[in-house]
Amino acid sequence: MASIKLRAVVALSGFALACAAQTGQTAAPMKKAAGGAKSAVAADFEKFRDIMAEASPAELFEAKGKELWHTKRGPKNASLEKCDMGLGPGKLKGAYVKLPRYFADAGQVMDAERRIVYCMVTLQGFKEKDLAKKPFSSASKTPDPVSLVTYVAGQSRGMKIAVPQKHAKEREAYKVGEEIFNYRAGPWDFSCATCHGHDGLRIRTQDLPNISKKEGAVAAFEGWPGYRMTGGRMHTLQWRLNDCFRQQRFPEPGYVSETLSDLLTYMGVNANGHVYKGPGIKR
Amino acid sequence: MKTFQATIFGMAALAIAISAQAQDYRTQAINSMHRDFHAHGIAGMDRLDEDTVQTICNRTGNNPPKDLAERLQQDQFEAIKYPADGNYLGDWKAGEKIAQRGRAMTWRDKIGKTSRGEPNGGSCYNCHEIDKKTTSFGSIGNSLAHFGKTRGYGPAVQKYVYGKIYNAKAFNLCSAMPRLGHSGTLTEAQIKDLVALLLDPNSPVNK
Repeated sequence: MASIKLRAVVALSGFALACAAQTGQTAAPMKKAAGGAKSAVAADFEKFRDIMAEASPAELFEAKGKELWHTKRGPKNASLEKCDMGLGPGKLKGAYVKLPRYFADAGQVMDAERRIVYCMVTLQGFKEKDLAKKPFSSASKTPDPVSLVTYVAGQSRGMKIAVPQKHAKEREAYKVGEEIFNYRAGPWDFSCATCHGHDGLRIRTQDLPNISKKEGAVAAFEGWPGYRMTGGRMHTLQWRLNDCFRQQRFPEPGYVSETLSDLLTYMGVNANGHVYKGPGIKR
Repeated sequence: MKTFQATIFGMAALAIAISAQAQDYRTQAINSMHRDFHAHGIAGMDRLDEDTVQTICNRTGNNPPKDLAERLQQDQFEAIKYPADGNYLGDWKAGEKIAQRGRAMTWRDKIGKTSRGEPNGGSCYNCHEIDKKTTSFGSIGNSLAHFGKTRGYGPAVQKYVYGKIYNAKAFNLCSAMPRLGHSGTLTEAQIKDLVALLLDPNSPVNK
């Protein structure tokens, strides 16, 4: 198993180099990426991802997250075993694909990472301010919530996405999320929808999922948390949305904020019905 | 008759209620962002505020009534600062670099410069095919390959291209394209270089 993983990582680095070469200024003649169609790079990557699925680096972070979940930690020296991810304390099977959802104890709609941070604060005594300081993976560190989200997401592998819309607050989160998705502002007049509200668009060779429709929302939900080969880091949807807003030329959204939960509700509900493959690999 | 009037009244009230509800969600969305975002580097909180163009496009699903769109386009058009020397053509080689560079205006960048200290990029290839030698191009914008060759090289086309890059909303109010001059992303000299990339007969775009 270990040798499979090692080979996988070596293969990953090779593919990352190939990608970097292809985004260079004037790439050697390759199959021309026609407008609307999937680019050659994207098609190659999909094949690669299928091959890699058997030995995904994401599993390493799932294992780390599992250990963190069951270990007594923090000022209150408690594990997360009593954390309710929506299906009851400690019940993680199928919880991720039903998030974001309304939590009566918090009085809020929460996505997976927001809920995990809530549990780390309430059960273990960590401070949200500290967890929000450096919440994203760097070359030297993978923050604990990232591994924890990956572990929880792995417990929904092969299950249908079923983000609930029963509670009024959940329906409201969807509607507000939709408004945020379509809100154009900033120096470049971008909304989420500028890039993610139409079929068949690309930035350079990168396909842009149309999140306002099921197929695109599935593509955006699928594969997160994901091991991103650009930089070789494990990332969650919190990071993905943060970096989207950076490129939207907006100010920075707060980590595990309501704005992001609302956007994730919009995306998740649009993806409902599709079978989630579990944590994966991203370009 | 009375029933009919009551029905009409009821329907009107319902329509108002529905639009008031939609308005609520929009207000909630704006309030939510103002509460949850923070300034980072050059990206201040004022970037969340809509200008007139953004408001109209946001409120109409990017499909404003024609007469309103035309009037607002006129305002945008009149604010374009054309080069005082009347010369629109810069250096196409410099233009190619600006078109390739995708960095500018994020919270990691500086005013007028990227995080690496280069002049701002225009992100042109992110959305447009331009020089056919670059196969890594986006599809949000139309193809600009052979631009001058197919549309002519004259001063009228040059002025149009300068204006379009400076402020795309002067020509199509809810265009997806950023207003690169208006927003202070690119300088006059940089826009001239981009005009040359599309309209210099020696530019590889026209080969």
